[in-house]
Amino acid sequence: MTEWLERHVPKMVLAPSFVAVLIFVYGFIIWTGWVSLTRSKLMPKYEIKGVIQYERLFASPRWDTAMDNLFIFGGLFIGISLILGLFLAILLDQKIRAEGVLRTIYLYPMALSMIVTGTAWKWIMNPGLGIEATVRNWGFESFTFNWITDPKMAIYAVVIAAVWQASGFVMALFLAGLRSVDEEIIKAAQVDGIPTWRIYSAIIIPSMAPIFLSAFIVLAHLAIKSFDLVIALTGGGPGYATDLPATYMYAMAFSRGDIGQAASSAMVMMGVVFTIVVPYLYSELRAKHD
Amino acid sequence: MTDFTQNYHPPRRSFGQLALRWLLFALLGLFALFYLMPLFVMVTTSLKSLEEIRTGSLVALPRDVTFEAWSTAWSGTCTGVKCEGLRPYFWNSVLMTVPAVFLATLLGAVNGYVIAQWRFKGANLIFAMMLFGCFIPFQVVLLPMARSLGILGLAGSIPGLIFVHVIYGIGFTTLFFRNYYVTIPAELTKAAKVDGAGFFRIFWSIFLPLSLPIVVVTVIWQFTNIWNDFLFGVSFSQAGTQPVTVALNNIVNSTTGVKEYNVDMAAAIIAALPTLLVYVVAGKYFIRGLTAGSVKG
Amino acid sequence: MAPILDINNLYKNYGSVEILKDINVAIEPGDFLVLVGPSGCGKSTLLNCIAGLEPITGGTLSIGGKDMTHVSPKDRDIAMVFQSYALYPTMSVAKNITFGMKVRGVDAATQESKLKEVASQLQIEQLLHRRPGQLSGGQRQRVAMGRALVRDPKLFLFDEPLSNLDAKLRVEMRSEIKKLHQNLGATMVYVTHDQIEAMTLATKIVVLKGGVVQQIGTPAEIYNRPANLFVADFMGSPAMNLIPAKASKNGSGTQIEIARDGAAPLVLTDTHAENLPQDVILGLRPEDIAEAGFRAGEDVQVAECHIDMVEPAGADTFVVSELGGKQVTARLHAETGAESGKALSLAFDLSKVSYFAPGSGERLN
Repeated sequence: MTEWLERHVPKMVLAPSFVAVLIFVYGFIIWTGWVSLTRSKLMPKYEIKGVIQYERLFASPRWDTAMDNLFIFGGLFIGISLILGLFLAILLDQKIRAEGVLRTIYLYPMALSMIVTGTAWKWIMNPGLGIEATVRNWGFESFTFNWITDPKMAIYAVVIAAVWQASGFVMALFLAGLRSVDEEIIKAAQVDGIPTWRIYSAIIIPSMAPIFLSAFIVLAHLAIKSFDLVIALTGGGPGYATDLPATYMYAMAFSRGDIGQAASSAMVMMGVVFTIVVPYLYSELRAKHD
Repeated sequence: MTDFTQNYHPPRRSFGQLALRWLLFALLGLFALFYLMPLFVMVTTSLKSLEEIRTGSLVALPRDVTFEAWSTAWSGTCTGVKCEGLRPYFWNSVLMTVPAVFLATLLGAVNGYVIAQWRFKGANLIFAMMLFGCFIPFQVVLLPMARSLGILGLAGSIPGLIFVHVIYGIGFTTLFFRNYYVTIPAELTKAAKVDGAGFFRIFWSIFLPLSLPIVVVTVIWQFTNIWNDFLFGVSFSQAGTQPVTVALNNIVNSTTGVKEYNVDMAAAIIAALPTLLVYVVAGKYFIRGLTAGSVKG
Repeated sequence: MAPILDINNLYKNYGSVEILKDINVAIEPGDFLVLVGPSGCGKSTLLNCIAGLEPITGGTLSIGGKDMTHVSPKDRDIAMVFQSYALYPTMSVAKNITFGMKVRGVDAATQESKLKEVASQLQIEQLLHRRPGQLSGGQRQRVAMGRALVRDPKLFLFDEPLSNLDAKLRVEMRSEIKKLHQNLGATMVYVTHDQIEAMTLATKIVVLKGGVVQQIGTPAEIYNRPANLFVADFMGSPAMNLIPAKASKNGSGTQIEIARDGAAPLVLTDTHAENLPQDVILGLRPEDIAEAGFRAGEDVQVAECHIDMVEPAGADTFVVSELGGKQVTARLHAETGAESGKALSLAFDLSKVSYFAPGSGERLN
């Protein structure tokens, strides 16, 4: 008996967490998937009615806007953060004495809640008293910066705030990557008389492909889940101009009482994450085994 | 640290190289301004009177420093109907974050210990399944979780929020500890087994004393995530149990009355203060958590 | 006397992979058993099975006459020293040594006196308050030994304990372990891939390859009468010369003919060997080939050989000659006049010869 206990203690210790994950991750995904195939409105119904919720979803102009926004926002946010992060990392890699201080400054937004970030940028970008007013006060009377209230530009205002928050993190990732490149390779290149910029472009940056990949995954993941920032910065507005799938889902679930739509939109988000994360996780775990 | 630029350049720099160096500093300084500007604006705005905000410039230092906005934000401003300031919600966040961080870290430590040191058939699959749980968009669990909390009698309560944060924190905390414990040679566990120690004894006497660095990283990571969370907070709380992020959003986006920008900014800083403090005090561990959380496997 | 360790028909599988196949080993109290073989041969797995750290798939295992097949490590009355020493990093040396007693609830006074005893035996008294991180490799090794000694177990297990030490320290610790074994009269099982360690320490050697026991015997038996080509090649440095040859009966015994490139075959006559097949592999250790005139005996036969290479090694000089398509090494005295490119008369001591079947590799004589 004690023998048996001894042998199975590790499994029993892991079991509660595993069961919790099984229920609250996988069970819940199945639940949401199931409900997305019903005609649930205010209350969930469990009678499967086919893909009607998805048809409604893809016919909805608001969802259309949300998906368009996701690709605009996601593309710009990820692209700019990667480029800016890499650029800052290379600048910081040049034996700067104040490196520690600068790194701290570049990275601190990552410690903030997106609600705080949204609040701050909402104030800065408000046309009446923010940047626009300030620059006009300096004498540039025709200066306009009203993206936050302009339905066409508001999504770009969200990009600015998001890049501000996350680019320092990308910088930290890349900096760690730059520092982990084998110094002997760099020394060999120097001995061969290769100029610094070529060392970066031909040797160091290509060797950081895995870091690009993990930075991309994290940023993409942030972009798909981003919800707080839009809520705090624009509330999804003006109108639905800055709606993202995440805010659409939340509105359907908690203010519009349309559980079927909420479930189907959540499943689409899940699908997007799936296509990005699963191949990544698979390759990472595979690499571990080899 | 790579010091090849130093080695590469001859000791005496030419004019061109000097100019490049200055350009480098200028760029770095400019970016520092970009990152610091919002914080600067937040702090200065929070110290101004509303009158000065309306007439003055966004980037100007306050003429008359006043802490009125801070005290209003802390204990007077209205979130919806109630006008008690941010204080009760701040404590809600504390009451929610501290137990959630503790429990998630503890579970992660034990799970990581099992997966890394007591491998059994299927342990890797379980780990992969837990890891995947870190990546799901939480929207996909909001609806069933709302119903489950109702069934469990935890709806709209702080224990309910703690429960949610622990459940969805386990994946990351397990990952952190597992990755730390796999670097500890399996022979240590074997030696302790031969010495007569059992599962819990080995964890308590040998692994836990080794774990300080990873505990710090995990606690900071969990603390930052849970304190800053908005989605779970806004979905699973009700008036009176809301965490500080939800309350802050309510203050800022309330449509009634005069917009008090100085109070908004003071409230935002108050909500950000705990995580900022952690970042400043233990930035090294914060970065380690970020990179550990992103470079998986 | 009952064997202190008795392994019967032990099998160990990982999934469908057979790691250990039908292992049968028994040792008496006071024996020093060395498990030796190339990496991946299953020797460490076998040790882990003896310790109870790995469950076995089939067979039985008893320690001190009691069946221990399914008993957990802590109840097997064993102590183990690991390759990486596996010292508990957050505990002082003293705590490392007494941890096992503490776990077992031994009273503090006994712990203290045993600690003192072991510390003085291993000369680590001055290290007792340090952490493992503050010790050198050799000191850690001593502490790991101390942790095992203090337990006073029925069986000591060593898993390649010297492989992380530098060459000089390794030799020192090797003789220290041997002394310890002699002084304590303890029973030890020792895993190594180093055949010199095996030869110097063991009273009994088990040679393993691919999870199968190749030979069990005393160091002398293993060295002088290897059971197959693998053992012959693995034990001894430089390795035994293994030369393809043709055997045929003649009047006074068996005639052994070894082909030579560009010269007449080398012909030797073995008066003891009987019933050899036509194709054999002849095994002769380098020290059993000497310079003519330096080795006498009725089984010594002299032949002229072409020397390809001369390697002075201080105490000895090795010369290499091609025989039967193999580089054959002979160990000559240091002051030999052998020159490469010239002929030299070599004496082959056939009293020490081994014959193996080319196909199966099994010993024939």
